[in-house]
Amino acid sequence: MLRDITIGQYYPSNSIIHRLDSRVKLVGTLAYVLSLFLFRNVFGFAAVTFGLAVLVKMSKVPFRYMVKGLRAIVIILVMTGLFNVFLTPGEPLWSFWKFTITQEGLKNAGFMIIRLVYLILGSSLLTLTTTPNQLTDGMEKGLRPLNKIGVPVHEVSMMMSIALRFIPILVEETDKIMKAQLARGADFESGNLIKKAKAMVPLLVPLFISAFRRANDLALAMEARCYRGGEGRTKMKPLKYEKRDRAAYLIIGGYFIGIILLRMLNFNFHIEN
Amino acid sequence: MNFIEARKLVYEYIRRDEEENVEGITTALDNVSLSIKQGEFVAVLGHNGSGKSTLAKHLNVLLQAGEGTLWIDGKDAGDKENVWEIRKNTGMVFQNPDNQIIAGVVEEDVAFGPENIGVPTDEIWKRVERSLESVGMTAYREHSPNRLSGGQKQRVAIAGVMAMEPKCIVMDESTAMLDPNGRNEVLEAVMGLNQEKHITVIWITHYMEEVVQADRVYVMDKGKVVMEGTPREIFSQADILKACRLDVPQVTLLAHELRKAGIKVPEGILTRQELVEALCQLY
Repeated sequence: MLRDITIGQYYPSNSIIHRLDSRVKLVGTLAYVLSLFLFRNVFGFAAVTFGLAVLVKMSKVPFRYMVKGLRAIVIILVMTGLFNVFLTPGEPLWSFWKFTITQEGLKNAGFMIIRLVYLILGSSLLTLTTTPNQLTDGMEKGLRPLNKIGVPVHEVSMMMSIALRFIPILVEETDKIMKAQLARGADFESGNLIKKAKAMVPLLVPLFISAFRRANDLALAMEARCYRGGEGRTKMKPLKYEKRDRAAYLIIGGYFIGIILLRMLNFNFHIEN
Repeated sequence: MNFIEARKLVYEYIRRDEEENVEGITTALDNVSLSIKQGEFVAVLGHNGSGKSTLAKHLNVLLQAGEGTLWIDGKDAGDKENVWEIRKNTGMVFQNPDNQIIAGVVEEDVAFGPENIGVPTDEIWKRVERSLESVGMTAYREHSPNRLSGGQKQRVAIAGVMAMEPKCIVMDESTAMLDPNGRNEVLEAVMGLNQEKHITVIWITHYMEEVVQADRVYVMDKGKVVMEGTPREIFSQADILKACRLDVPQVTLLAHELRKAGIKVPEGILTRQELVEALCQLY
């Protein structure tokens, strides 16, 4: 299961989405995430689905590869679904002991699951098409005004890009430690939740120690390569807006206004009813 | 003047307990003197705890000596003003390939060094191209480092150092975590740089087999330099090497034992080929 995490993984390709400025993609993702929570009816849903499908097609990332990232959140999806189905008040459809399934509950659960799935798909599209460095460069440049009020923007974005780089390494390490402990008779599977949590301790301690050691090594390696903070640094891939980026901004703006209009349309229906 | 000139370097690790009282002092470098010329391939051999890694960190000014003087490329390493200039000129490749790659894409990692020293964008592209070429990793420039083998990762790390256009590379046990194939890959890449670009190489290791091709070898034990000479001179003294807990290559050891037993093979045999020839001439 651990190996299925595709968050922060880059999928190399040369599509138009890959070549877009990372700031555009960040703003786009933000607009997309907001739009997910704005739609309320089938029209909005259709619009978002269409948008996502077009983007995935354009990005040339295999759809199957993106779906793999969903496996890690299956539990969250199931939980959200169940809570929504059973705990939403409304017209009862079917009663069973203390549980009641309502029409609204089913509808809510459906939309919520779709939202979560789309959320993961959309944001993994961002990281799959943007290298961690470009991503953090985009954030660094976009958030630069915060520097004036004392937020260490460069440092934070450097930390983020290093964190993204080390996710797969630490995942692999967890896997290795787990196997080593299993080979010596550790039991991660049986028992109740508390017992399972306790079984994780012998896993986490070596993992933490190794993470600290890695951090130490990395700091030395960075210093050896003359890293001394953001000042005086140049970039291999400096961010510069091109025609396609401006066009993308226009499309994002259009999309966002469209979604808001669709929501207002929905609102009007309600009043007339 | 020599590229690296160290005189009587002393470095002590001080262990303290929780109340900052001194618990013990380990002398990691004990009056170490070295001189290394530009373009040389020098190996530093030593067992665990011999102080060889501490020495390596001095060459990049990651550590500064408590006593003694160290001049690198005509600059005093004790002077804080020279730190960045020296780090630019002596690149360093560490032991663990995973813990020294910063970026998530090979070419961006190679660019990390030049970015730090403020090289203009188009020059960075040229340097990245050249240095990936020089270690034979051009085909992987857009790959994620996570999917490379250990030897490939170390070659990327070397490219990252080369992109800063250093005069010297310090390899601090860079092959210790690799399999034999990876070890050869890295050794070949570095020897290529040494021969074609006349980069000074300081190869720190405890594998004796790797130092056979070096111009000169320093052997360290317990913080001191105990031997210095060409590989042949060093390997001819198998007894001292064993006293330093170093494994002499099997062929050399066999020749040494044969000599002790009264068979007249020359001292300091390094390769199987040499031993075969020496033995064939006897009979």
